[in-house]
Amino acid sequence: MSSARSNPINTAAMHGALIIYTLIALFPVFVILINSFKTRKKIFREPLALPDADSFSLVGYQTVMKQGDFFLYFQNSFIVTVGSLTLILLFGAMAAFALSEYRFRGNMLMGLYLALGIMIPIRIGTVAILEMMVSTGLVNTLWALILVYTAQGLPLAVFILSEFMRQVSDDLKNAGRIDGLSEFTIFFKLVLPLVRPALATVAVFNMIPIWNDLWFPLILAPAEETKTLTLGSQVFIGQFVTDWNAVLSALSMAILPVLILYVIFSRQLIRGITSGAVK
Amino acid sequence: MTALTLTNVNKSFGNVHVLKDINIEVNEGEFVVFVGPSGCGKSTLLRTIAGLEDVTSGEVCIAGNVVNQTPPSKRGIAMVFQSYALYPHLNVRGNMSLALKQAKESKETIEERVAEASRMLSLGDYLDRFPSELSGGQRQRVAIGRAIVRHPKLFLFDEPLSNLDAALRMNTRLEIANLHEQLGATMVYVTHDQTEAMTLADKIVVLRDGRVEQIGSPMELYNNPANQFVAGFLGSPAMNFLPAALLEDGNPNTLGVRPEDLMLDDAGPLQITSKHVEHLGGDTNVIADCNGHQITVRLFGQHAIRSGQSLQLRIAEGKSYLFDPDGARLS
Repeated sequence: MSSARSNPINTAAMHGALIIYTLIALFPVFVILINSFKTRKKIFREPLALPDADSFSLVGYQTVMKQGDFFLYFQNSFIVTVGSLTLILLFGAMAAFALSEYRFRGNMLMGLYLALGIMIPIRIGTVAILEMMVSTGLVNTLWALILVYTAQGLPLAVFILSEFMRQVSDDLKNAGRIDGLSEFTIFFKLVLPLVRPALATVAVFNMIPIWNDLWFPLILAPAEETKTLTLGSQVFIGQFVTDWNAVLSALSMAILPVLILYVIFSRQLIRGITSGAVK
Repeated sequence: MTALTLTNVNKSFGNVHVLKDINIEVNEGEFVVFVGPSGCGKSTLLRTIAGLEDVTSGEVCIAGNVVNQTPPSKRGIAMVFQSYALYPHLNVRGNMSLALKQAKESKETIEERVAEASRMLSLGDYLDRFPSELSGGQRQRVAIGRAIVRHPKLFLFDEPLSNLDAALRMNTRLEIANLHEQLGATMVYVTHDQTEAMTLADKIVVLRDGRVEQIGSPMELYNNPANQFVAGFLGSPAMNFLPAALLEDGNPNTLGVRPEDLMLDDAGPLQITSKHVEHLGGDTNVIADCNGHQITVRLFGQHAIRSGQSLQLRIAEGKSYLFDPDGARLS
């Protein structure tokens, strides 16, 4: 912003608003983190105090490490998230390319049909999905989750990506065709790199709900060897007793990978959000 | 031999009939310009020749072969786009050599052809740069280079100068003309700018609403337009159209006179009131009112004419055209 147009009061108000929002957004994460390092008593007595020499304890982390196969849960979550994202991006981008690039009968209808999924929550179909998974023998496999999440993520992915792909210059694709590139090469080499910000946006929007989901892991893959992190953390929440140390520690550790993935995607994401506004 | 023949080419997008019965023949080594107002189908026609659009009916022949079913890369054509359309992930060398690599040419051939093209277009210093590091003029030269390296039977240009500024446009226009001379290749060029058409073409094809209005050399079209549309489209300033009734009572036709064929003459039959005078140094353009019709008079040299002044004009002998009310040429 140029100094001629910036007014100190406006700037202060703007930063104030942003800082307050950041504090509100980070507060729960902060509380989880500090309490995960405290003893059980201190968590309840002074939930907002920072851990000190007296209250510091790693008992939560120790419980998590001992009880249940935390690393396996972690690995499962990771496989499911990365697997689903890969499939969502790959198939979403392909469908979006077909819809935006080729003229064929029913193009519009197909686009609407694919977008319909945005409006219908997939959880409504849980019973049918479970029956389907049982009859295909996919219950208690990670594939069940990956397939369901892919289906859940595709509508929005197709919707966002086809909008972006329409903006990719026709001349560029045609130049590729004249130079003898196949449609696949045009898609992977010319179009995909140009919609990278949109891909990152779709990835972030899909990643967090998948990572945090409890519903489908609980229903489709509750077996010990396919438990995801969120489901695994529920071990410590009982009907009568909850091991808060362990829950908070598990949650703290669960935040980390999403944070890392988010940082990777976020630079692209910012470009994606602003790319329409400032050319 | 004919380099390109279009026979009864029709193209529809759904219910919209874009190209209507196009018949064009282009000889080898010719520079043909498709010109017409925007939306007349000239770009679509070029894209049908390139194979980027299928024809709805009719036949496209390149160098004697019917190519209706041939994919663009196998038609022996190269195309230069208005927006340059350079591959953003490849440097200049990569951009120019991609098509040859796809065609499985040997490394030596590729290197030789890229060197040849970059010498012709003086791109030697930029071979390792990426498109984002080049100026508009340089990008367009790379796009032209990408076409040259393929040694195509047919060059297709889709408004290649529209994105350049005026000075650069003129230079690049000369470069394209030179290139045509050096390569002796057949070129098809699409533009909406009649100056480009007049200066570059061996043969101009004037299109309107998906129909060919007239085909001929620039001077043929200028001196002998087939109808009112062609007469008004070529030439700058544009031809004046006046009701013939101004000179001859009851004549329902339209009279066409080029601005340079109107002379100041105190005994002339046309009386005008000048509204605006453009002093260009070499010529003076007088925009005037003639019985409620706007008329442009181009006078050579400098004239001290004020706006609001009354003038008498005559039409140079044998330099007027007559069009019937439907726009067809009568004389």
